[in-house]
Amino acid sequence: MLNPKIEQIEFELLLEGIYQAYGYDFRDYAPASLRRRVQKSMDNLGVKTISEFQDKILHEKESFVHFLNTVSIDVTAMFRDPDFFLAVRQKIVPIIRELPSVRIWHAGCATGEEVYAMAILLQEENLYNKVRIYATDMNAVVLDKAKNGIYPLKNIQDCTANYHKSGGSHEFSTYYTAKYNNVIMKPELKKNIVWAQHNLVTDRSFHEFDLILCRNVMIYFERPLQEHVHQLFLDSMPIGGILGLGKKETMYSSAFRPNYMEMDGNAKLFRRVK
Amino acid sequence: MNRLHTLAADPAPSPLERVGVRRVNDFAIVLIGSSKGGLAALQKLLGFLPATFKTPVVIVQHRMESAEDLLVELLQKNTELYLKEVEDKDIINRGVIYLAPAGYHLLIEEDHFALSTEGPVSASRPSIDVLFESAAEEFGSKVVGIILTGMNRDGAQGLKKIKEAGGITLVQDPEEAEARQMPDAAIAASKVDYILALEGIGRFLNSGGAAPFPFPPNGGKLSVPQ
Repeated sequence: MLNPKIEQIEFELLLEGIYQAYGYDFRDYAPASLRRRVQKSMDNLGVKTISEFQDKILHEKESFVHFLNTVSIDVTAMFRDPDFFLAVRQKIVPIIRELPSVRIWHAGCATGEEVYAMAILLQEENLYNKVRIYATDMNAVVLDKAKNGIYPLKNIQDCTANYHKSGGSHEFSTYYTAKYNNVIMKPELKKNIVWAQHNLVTDRSFHEFDLILCRNVMIYFERPLQEHVHQLFLDSMPIGGILGLGKKETMYSSAFRPNYMEMDGNAKLFRRVK
Repeated sequence: MNRLHTLAADPAPSPLERVGVRRVNDFAIVLIGSSKGGLAALQKLLGFLPATFKTPVVIVQHRMESAEDLLVELLQKNTELYLKEVEDKDIINRGVIYLAPAGYHLLIEEDHFALSTEGPVSASRPSIDVLFESAAEEFGSKVVGIILTGMNRDGAQGLKKIKEAGGITLVQDPEEAEARQMPDAAIAASKVDYILALEGIGRFLNSGGAAPFPFPPNGGKLSVPQ
């Protein structure tokens, strides 16, 4: 069995090396799942020790890209968590209806499913034309996938059911074109989406937003890093702005909790009050 | 960032442990994995835990991601212990039963939980393997791992990791389980410590603090070396 202490040193050196070589900072990520991703990437690249992995990562850019993809790809679906989108319809839509123009930030949008779900929802509420959605992710490869908007057909049945549970009343099939084993999202859904590379850990605020959605992204961060990102969000939002977190994320131990009023405890929607 | 392996990998043995006796209260955590037929099994099993049971209990029960989450309510009816569905970074408290949320993997980091939406592992999310492996890494020999009824193979590899790290492993008697595949897979993957009917597992846990290990396997049978 490997010596856990040595392995720990190797792991920390790997993260330090990645930061210095590529500027991606994983040092304050929650270690248990990061270690799983490292292991997965090691298995795929056929290396046995973290030191060997580090050697590969530092000398071969493509190995690093492989690792980055392993870290950043999660399995999700459009309208996953229908309660959340129902709450968006019921509680956020009336607020943004009153605004002359609306900026939304999907922070850590990964492969983009949720971005398209939001575009669909806004289109149905006749709000999409005055909205600009900024969808960002730290990984350019993942962002390209999001931009393309191509998803496996086999997931669509679940998406359709969730879409209806979330308050959607149209034919879901009008939002995509099926081709072979995939669906391609309709181009009109993309027209007000700006895709951009942005790293929540190392990049700064770049705009002010009426709504920031960052769902199931900060679960990979340790508490201090979560606080760092909360500061970034506060810097990117006026009073009255809304923050949406993942279903199992909380703010109760955050120093920023007093800045927000809870709009919906179940959907994890918070409104900035100061 | 010296956070890993700090809490439990090198634990100071209790006075009883030093003479070779381990009790449930000496353990950092009790983990239970269940799938098809799990609701009834868990309801029965939780009924054995006294209100004074201190060791944190963590349950992974496979279920539909979209399922209305009534599981907490249903299980809470069977125990006086506080039962809660885990939220991100919750501190692991003694005297609490935790349930992995639907659609997330549950992992353990030092003194708290972490969640992940990584794709299904062993065809499941939450995956029993993911929880068990991460607990074995964090708490080493201080883990009790239990596999109950289920129609797949999730948990077998995780239970093996717990065993390798020196923890105690129990599996529901496949003859009694509503679905025997999961217990069978766990028994095939490693040499488990006890194969017991639910009642035996319940008594095993209930003995926490009172009866020393090895607990006489009432209501069940000892595992047969392979």
